[in-house]
Amino acid sequence: MTSPALLLMFGATGVPLARGMPRRALVLLLPVAGLLMLWLSPEGDSAGFALFGLELIPVRIDALSRLFATGFLIAALLTSIYALHMRDPLQQAIVLIYAGTAVGGTLAGDLVTLFVFWELAGLSSAFLIWAGRTERGYRAGMRYLIAQLISGLLMLAGIALRVQAGEGLEFGYLGLDGPGDALILLAVGIKCAFPLLHAWLIDTYPEATIVGAVALSAFTTKLAIYVLARGFPGTDLLIWVGVAMTVFPIFYAVIENDLRRVLAYSMINQLGFMVAGVGIGGALGINGASAHAVADMVFKSLLFMAMGAVLLRTGTVKGSELGGLYKSMPQTAALCMVGAASISAFPLFSGFATKSLIMEAVAQEHLTVVWLLLLFASAGVFHHAGIKIPYFAFFAHDRGHRVAEAPLNMRVAMAMAALICVGIGTAPNLMYELLPHAMHYAPYTTPHVINQLQLLLLASMAFTMLVRTGLYPPEIRSVNLDADVVYRRMLPRTWGALSRTVPRLRRELGPPIHHLAANLWSATTRPLRPDAKPASPWPTHSMVWWAVIMLGTVLLLTLL
Amino acid sequence: MTGQLPVLQVAAPLLCAPLCVLLRSRTVAWLLFLVASLASLTCAALLAVRVDRSGTLRYAMGDWQAPYGIEFVVNGFNTPVLLLVSLSAVVVAVYSRRSVAGELAPRRVPLLYACLCLTLAGLLGLAITGDVFNAFVFLEISSLSTYTLIAMGRRRQALLAAFRYLVIGSVGAVFVLIGIGLAYAVTGTLNMGDLAQRVTGGHDNRSLQAAVVLVFVGLAVKMAVFPLHAWLPAAYAEAPSAVSTFIAATGTKVAIYVFCRFAFTVFGATLVFGAMPVGRIGLLLAALGILLGSAAACFQDDLRYLLAWSSVAQVGYIVAGVSLATTAGVSAAYLHMIMHSVTKAALFATAGLLLLRLGTVRLAALAGVGRRMPWTFAAFVVAGLGLVGVPPTAGFVSKWALVTALVEQGQWLVLAAMLSGSLLAVFYVGRVVEVAWFREPTADAEPAAAPASMVTAIWFLVLLSVSFGFDASLPAHLADAAASALLGNGGG
Repeated sequence: MTSPALLLMFGATGVPLARGMPRRALVLLLPVAGLLMLWLSPEGDSAGFALFGLELIPVRIDALSRLFATGFLIAALLTSIYALHMRDPLQQAIVLIYAGTAVGGTLAGDLVTLFVFWELAGLSSAFLIWAGRTERGYRAGMRYLIAQLISGLLMLAGIALRVQAGEGLEFGYLGLDGPGDALILLAVGIKCAFPLLHAWLIDTYPEATIVGAVALSAFTTKLAIYVLARGFPGTDLLIWVGVAMTVFPIFYAVIENDLRRVLAYSMINQLGFMVAGVGIGGALGINGASAHAVADMVFKSLLFMAMGAVLLRTGTVKGSELGGLYKSMPQTAALCMVGAASISAFPLFSGFATKSLIMEAVAQEHLTVVWLLLLFASAGVFHHAGIKIPYFAFFAHDRGHRVAEAPLNMRVAMAMAALICVGIGTAPNLMYELLPHAMHYAPYTTPHVINQLQLLLLASMAFTMLVRTGLYPPEIRSVNLDADVVYRRMLPRTWGALSRTVPRLRRELGPPIHHLAANLWSATTRPLRPDAKPASPWPTHSMVWWAVIMLGTVLLLTLL
Repeated sequence: MTGQLPVLQVAAPLLCAPLCVLLRSRTVAWLLFLVASLASLTCAALLAVRVDRSGTLRYAMGDWQAPYGIEFVVNGFNTPVLLLVSLSAVVVAVYSRRSVAGELAPRRVPLLYACLCLTLAGLLGLAITGDVFNAFVFLEISSLSTYTLIAMGRRRQALLAAFRYLVIGSVGAVFVLIGIGLAYAVTGTLNMGDLAQRVTGGHDNRSLQAAVVLVFVGLAVKMAVFPLHAWLPAAYAEAPSAVSTFIAATGTKVAIYVFCRFAFTVFGATLVFGAMPVGRIGLLLAALGILLGSAAACFQDDLRYLLAWSSVAQVGYIVAGVSLATTAGVSAAYLHMIMHSVTKAALFATAGLLLLRLGTVRLAALAGVGRRMPWTFAAFVVAGLGLVGVPPTAGFVSKWALVTALVEQGQWLVLAAMLSGSLLAVFYVGRVVEVAWFREPTADAEPAAAPASMVTAIWFLVLLSVSFGFDASLPAHLADAAASALLGNGGG
């Protein structure tokens, strides 16, 4: 069976065994070999095999799955380069395994295979949060794993319902017709960070290791987008879900101090664009969503890499503690700005080429309100990801950090990512060639470019004015309430209160109740014991009394 | 000769009774009782076959034709009772030889057999007679001899128990007599068939209704229906083992038969169950009796008291079936009568054997007895399972029939009581089994081997119970015939 996923996953098990150069070579070679294997394999389904009477198709290569798998493998390569300096073979191996599960899920031709990789992705990535080996990281990892497992269980239940309804295991268009489909959508919604289901992402991504955050940003959520694009294209519900996802994180991102958490919010925002694109459906919508997903894998990785480099050198990513780093880390600053420009969809950068497809799809459907909201979200993303991240990290007040430039391998990884961003931005047709549906779209038209520049200029003006006038929310250490408060605070508090109350109740009420029960028991069974009435031998007169009472009662009942 | 079978049925034991007293030999007395019971069993079997072939048999006593003379009637409704009583007598006769010798002073033994003969005669006469006053006479014969038998128990409590039974039993008998008198005053006849005809149409007659109530309350004492059951536990538990085995198998059952006979073929179901609330009262008392009897059995610390309380509950089952007044209900009641009779006789016989060997049947003294007397106790366990109603024992067949009859009439509360009673039975039987098999024996003295005649009698009853559990066609046929004879009003 020729599957790049298995190649990566089995190859990764060799990583901890090797040392030094062979290990680095293996880490770099595996994604490249995966890419080669992917592109040398012909399109179509692999030979299926039967398991427990179910027909499974482990590998299916078509334009959509090949595009996503390519993106995942490139992201895996970039992450591996970024992680080269580390002496922790565990994380390097897990990054490859995790990438392998994402590729496997993408290439899955049936729902069972998808489910297996879906669960493996959740399980393997949890180690990236645990790899920090801190108590805080351990707890965050548990929360993350629980969210992933719930998602997996929902998907399994959905698949079971589908099979029961006789709809088979084929992983094609699923729609929202049966209860099973709704469960699958909910499962995807958790991984895709639908509003209110998103808490785990904001909660746990910033707790991951430096490398872990980069890897997490690329795979799990994009796999969910792929499943949406494959299974639920053109579902109207998703348009509004996507719009909500683009809009609400903006406000959180503005006030958030932890820059990696800002990036997590911005990730939900970007996912919102993709979900909306899937919701629009059609050639343009799906093309836009998948192109943006691939572009996002690269530029979001780039931003997380830059923040990771800052974290590595300064030990913090708090906006309130950073500033003026451009003097110490000029290359990182420059590369970060490329990523910021890409996510903000500056012309000539990748975001411009891909997000335009989604906006165009919305425009063609004449969904004015949606279009306006997405436009607002675009301005917002420029504001918090495009300006805020580089501004507070590398400029703003100089906090006096004098540190070394990021390690070479990190810079190489960031440079490669930046190159891809610029490449897609300047030559979008190369990217468009790979998209699942054929189309003719030219992003660089005069009105479009001017429109976008206007938007960006006005947004940067607004930022400048706010900062200048001191109205901008100050970068202060704070905790912002989000949906994760439900399970991080309310549920534990309730549980804590219950667990304190129950033993107390037992202590205080237990003996009296026990005593009462014992008394009640002896009182009720007393008459049945051989030494008490009525089970003891009755005196003669009471027997006769009872005979008379019986006679009287029955006579009364009969004659009255 | 065969024409005289109905009277021989009663006369044989009746004649043996004075002979037992006159000849004053233990062995002869025992032989006389054995012969009397074998003779009545033969008569009962022959009568059953003849009734099965050619329907009702009537025998006019001294050729005085009914309704002026006393009449014996043999029909489907009393052949099972005749068979049951005489078969129990035979088994008890076999069982009693060694049992009585171990429990009674030698000079009393002939008296005991005389009383057993009288009791047998009384019960058989009660079952066979077609005359209401004659029924009262036989009721008194059986009752008086039973009081005497109970008083022969080896503990002093036996005297008290017998006295209490005597008082309450006499009160009950007086009620019956007053009822019969009232009925005679209303109808002017004592013949059952004749009464039945004259009663028709007199449903609003208050005197007649009072007669019904008096007869039934009087019989309820004999049947040990809750709350008139109080004489039963001490009477059964204090009597000599052979006696308790005999009366547990037959006493209440014959009273229940008389109840059925009066209810269905003398006063008529339309009067008793239609115009009067006897059915509902019966079901209520049955349910209460089942619950209280079973619950009290759980707390007893003496094996024979435990079994006696269980009998109170079992009477409840039978009364519930009769009170339904449907063919299924009455048939189930007859079936349970037969099954319970066999089962409870086996249990009391086992208890008697244990008493003979251990000197006491308090549960505390029974610890580990199952390991010392495995065969005897195995019989107890099998019979106990029959009491619970575990398939494939006899108890299961009859309880199943009862459940079906109750469900058919939608009597869910009674059904619930019955099922709870069965659960409690699991508990009280399980308690004995736990003590006997799983507790360490207190004394390691090896008891002498059980007498073969007693073990034979016990195992005969147990195997009979199990064989009825596997193939209930014979008792089911008898019960169905009885139910159709009663409800078809064919006896007269």
